[in-house]
Order: sequence, then structure tokens, then C-alpha cells
Amino acid sequence: MGRKLLLDKAHIEGIRYYDTYRSNGGYAAAEKALKSMGPEGVLEEVKKSGLRGRGGAGFPTGLKWSFIAKPEGVPRYLVCNADESEPGTFKDRYLMEFIPHLLIEGLLISSFALGANSAYIYIRGEYAWIPDILEQAIAEAKNKGWLGKNIMGTGFDLEIYVQRGAGAYICGEETALIESLEGKRGNPRIKPPFPAVKGLWMCPTVVNNVETLAAVVPIINIGGDEYIKYGTGKSTGTKLISACGNINKPGVYEIEMNISVEEFIYSDEYCGGIKNGKRLKACIPGGSSVPVLPANLLLKTAKGEARMMTYESLADGGFATGSMLGSGGFIVMDEDQCIVRNTLTFARFYHHESCGQCSPCREGTGWMKKVLQNIENGKGKMSDIDLLWDIQRKIEGNTICPLGDAAAWPVAAAIRHFRDEFEWHITHSDEALTRNFGLAHYADPLPVPEPAAV
Amino acid sequence: MAVVQFSEEKLNKVKEIIARYPEGKQKSALIPVLHLAQEAFGGWLSAETMDYVASLLQLQSIEVYEVATFYSMFNLKPVGTYLFEVCQTGPCMVSGSDQIIDYIKNKLGIGVGETTSDGLFTLKTVECLGACGYAPMMQLGKHYREHLTPAKVDEIIAECKANANAN
Repeated sequence: MGRKLLLDKAHIEGIRYYDTYRSNGGYAAAEKALKSMGPEGVLEEVKKSGLRGRGGAGFPTGLKWSFIAKPEGVPRYLVCNADESEPGTFKDRYLMEFIPHLLIEGLLISSFALGANSAYIYIRGEYAWIPDILEQAIAEAKNKGWLGKNIMGTGFDLEIYVQRGAGAYICGEETALIESLEGKRGNPRIKPPFPAVKGLWMCPTVVNNVETLAAVVPIINIGGDEYIKYGTGKSTGTKLISACGNINKPGVYEIEMNISVEEFIYSDEYCGGIKNGKRLKACIPGGSSVPVLPANLLLKTAKGEARMMTYESLADGGFATGSMLGSGGFIVMDEDQCIVRNTLTFARFYHHESCGQCSPCREGTGWMKKVLQNIENGKGKMSDIDLLWDIQRKIEGNTICPLGDAAAWPVAAAIRHFRDEFEWHITHSDEALTRNFGLAHYADPLPVPEPAAV
Repeated sequence: MAVVQFSEEKLNKVKEIIARYPEGKQKSALIPVLHLAQEAFGGWLSAETMDYVASLLQLQSIEVYEVATFYSMFNLKPVGTYLFEVCQTGPCMVSGSDQIIDYIKNKLGIGVGETTSDGLFTLKTVECLGACGYAPMMQLGKHYREHLTPAKVDEIIAECKANANAN
């Protein structure tokens, strides 16, 4: 069994409530941080832990915190990004629903480290029942002296508020989130200035994902050095993976970042294999924005090594033969799934979610959706494949925020790895309306290149 | 047409929300207050409702319109008593959401974006709601209905009709 740091107590009856959380070691990290470590000590420990942002980008958290500007007399803010809208991702929901105090404790320690006296949890509007759970946890914590004025006699003040969004994927992007929190449309801001300098109401702000903030609690409890031992290389600690698609046991799993993709999919401890005894065709390992991989490249890198569930290994080979760990939204597709149709749903998603500020994204996402619709509906032309490739190239890197890249990458990867499936849809347009391309050669072992002679 | 006016309780809630932000930043309350308004005034935001919210928060009406039109959860035209918002993005699609959407269409005799003639049901397709492991799914009011099957859809429709008759 893999060791757990976040969900180790998730099975305990009543862990959602303060008394049970507290009697199972909860708020011990907060006590340690506030009473004996000081803000600098917390920052050092988080830096030492190698914790990387769990929202998708994987940026080192300690480094992000160290950028926060500290002008005299200006308030600083911590914002928790609970917008969780990347298709395939539903891990933060689980944490907030079942162990809300872990997030509250993480927010308390992190706000203390940053010197923020107000923290906001921005949660996607559709998770409409979760704010009640969080607000109850906040009220309990406040009642016990962990929030409010002069917390535990340390002189540190903190209030935490929950704010609901209203249905906009783009608000997971931190500057769009800040705009939304200010009561505006979720249009991303041009950076610089970065939120660490001018964020919420133009004050220094750190925006961190739910899982990132929760991970601060075990880091303080066990220490950064110990946390590192739970992973490999620059993938330290544990990661929540939300697994979905055609698998036997969809759900949220906490993994140590030292297991293979094959073990994750087929072991009974995790996904339990492909549903209905079917074969694996493809997988999007880190949320819909990251490149889809065919079965053969998913399980083994192009070098022929076992692919691991780490930031580095999933990215091995770059976009030519690799993908990304991203948000940990692990979408598995069996041999009956159609890559064209799946790509179309994501193209439609990004078109729907584009904020419309930048023309390459606003126009390009709609264009990709229409071309993919044509191919899916048996009206595609061979030149459409190159057209799609051309459009995605012209979106990538040409927008204010990463939504453009996020829209371009799934289309690019689908064509890169499944071009023959697209071609078959065009050359066999009638047949493609009644059946799918199937597994084809996508699980066949790939030739391993000979090592170059020295 | 009824006058658009929050109850005393809701007005207190608005005050409580505004108090979460620094002095003069009450515009931040806009999205939470629009949620309250949509709940209070029939499940959608009319121009009158948006103007009322603008006056409560001391904003120009246009500031409210531009926000209300940006976010997909705000309905800008009337919807049925029960709004079925069925996810259709990749992970739900590979788990059979297309068949669920077709089933609901046939069962209710409406297309996507339409409302049944008795005003009870509206069907809407939506993009990823973060329930991918429990697909196919829909949002119904404040909660998610997950692991949908035709039988489960029948149960949900019967439950809604029973609730409507009870009210």
C-alpha cells in the first residue's frame, strides 16, 4: 500500500468535523507553525519540501511565496483556487467535501507565512453544496480560536471567506480568478505585474490550488526533508490523481510519486484495470489540456523505459512522445473510444470557455470545433487535418493566458499520434458514422531506438 | 409583474457578503448577490433583477449585465422549475452521456435548450462539472446526480413531478 499524507484519515467517521479532525492530530501543524516556527520558518520548510503547485502548472510553491511583495501598510492576500474546472479533474472537490479542515489548516499556516490577514476560497459555482461544508468548518475553527483575532495568543489575525464563481473555466487561471473575485468578467490580465506584486484589489496576492495548500499541513508536521522521501526527483511528496473514463474503479487516489503508470491503471489498489475486460487505447494523464497518448507511449517512454506517475517521467520525450502530469486528471479510453469525437468534445469545451479577449483563441477555438465537427459527421476533407494543425499552431503562444495553449495541445496531440484515425474518418466517412476505428496499432510495442554508438 | 425586492433576510445576507471585502470594494459581492437574486426571482435574471442588483451594490447596470452574460450559470431567460444540466465533455462522453441526453430528450419530448410545455423541465447541456469519475452526470439545483442510467433518469423525473405536485 502506498503511504498517504492527505487522505490518510479520510476514512475516519466524522473527520469532516472539528472535534474528530482535532483528536486525530488536526491543527497540530498550525500550532507548531504559529507558536514555534515563525513565518520565515514555514517558508523555509515549504521550500525545502520541493512542493510544486498541484493545480496543473507545477511551479514550486515556496518560490511563488517568496515573490510576494511586502510594501509597508499594504494588505496581502491569500486566495485559494478551488475553481477546479479542468476536465478530468475532481480531486479538490473530494478534499473539500470530506476533509475541509485540512484546507482550513493549510490556509491558516500559509496565510501566516505570507502575512495575509484575509484569505478567500474561490470555488467553482457548480460545487454549490460545498461552500456550506467549508463555512461550517470555518465557523468551527473560529469558535475554537484558530481564526479571528490574535490566534492562539500569537497576535496573528486571519479571516477566511468562501466565494462562489458562476460557471467559467477561465476563472481557474489566477488573474481571471482575481478579476472574478473583484466582481468582473473573468478576463485574464496581462502579466506583469504578477499577482505577487499587484493581485487582488491591486495588492500583493498569492493564489494557490486547494491540494497545494492542504499539502502544507503534512509538510509542517513531518518536515520538508521527510516529505521529499515520498516521491522521486523533483516530484516530491504525494499527489492526488482523479481517475476517470473506462476503468473499473474511477475515483480520487493519493499516490506516492514513485509508481508506474501501468501499476496505477492495472493494480487493484488504484484503477483496477480497464472496464469490461477491454483493452487500453489511449489516456490523457493530466487533465484535458495535456497531450493525449496512445497506450504504447503511455506505458513506456520512447526510450523503452517504464513510464512513471511523476512530473518528469510523464513529460519525458517532450510533446513529441510525452505528455504532462498537469492537474492529475487521469482520463482513460478503451479500445471502443473514438479519438476524433473525444477531441471534438474538448475543442467544443475550449471554444465555450474562451473568454474572447484574444482573437487567436476566440476565433481559433471555434474554427477547430467546426472542422472537427465536419470530420466527425462524415463531411471532412483530407486537407482539414493540416488545417487543424495550422490553426492550433497559430493559437499556441499567441494569447494572454494559457487557455490558448490548453485548447491547442489536445488537438495537436490527437493529430500527432492518431493521424491515421483522422484519415480513416475522412476516407471511410460512411463507415465512420456507424463504427469506431478501434484499437488499431495503438497498443503495439514500439521499436526502441538503438543507443547511439559512442 | 411582481416588484423585484429581496426579503429582509436576503438583504441581511447581502450586507454580510459586502462585509467580507475591504471598504469600497462591494463590487466583489456581485457574483454572490446574482446567485441570491437568481434563486429568489424565479431561477433567471431579468433586466429588472439585474438593475435591482446594480442599485443594491451601487453599480452601473452595465457592470451587472456584462458579468451576468459572461458566466454560464446565470440564466438570461426563463427556465423550467427543474433544470437538467447534463455534462457532455470528454470524460462523460466516453462514459455514455450522449445516450443519456438522447434518453432525456425522448422522455421529455424536448430538445436541448427547450422547456416542456407544462413549464416543469428544461434540458441544457453543459461542459465539465468536475464529476468525471462519477459519469454520466447532471446538475439539478444545488446538487449533482451521478452515475446516470435511463432508470435513474426516470426516477429523477418522477421525483421532480412528485415535488411539483406537493407544492
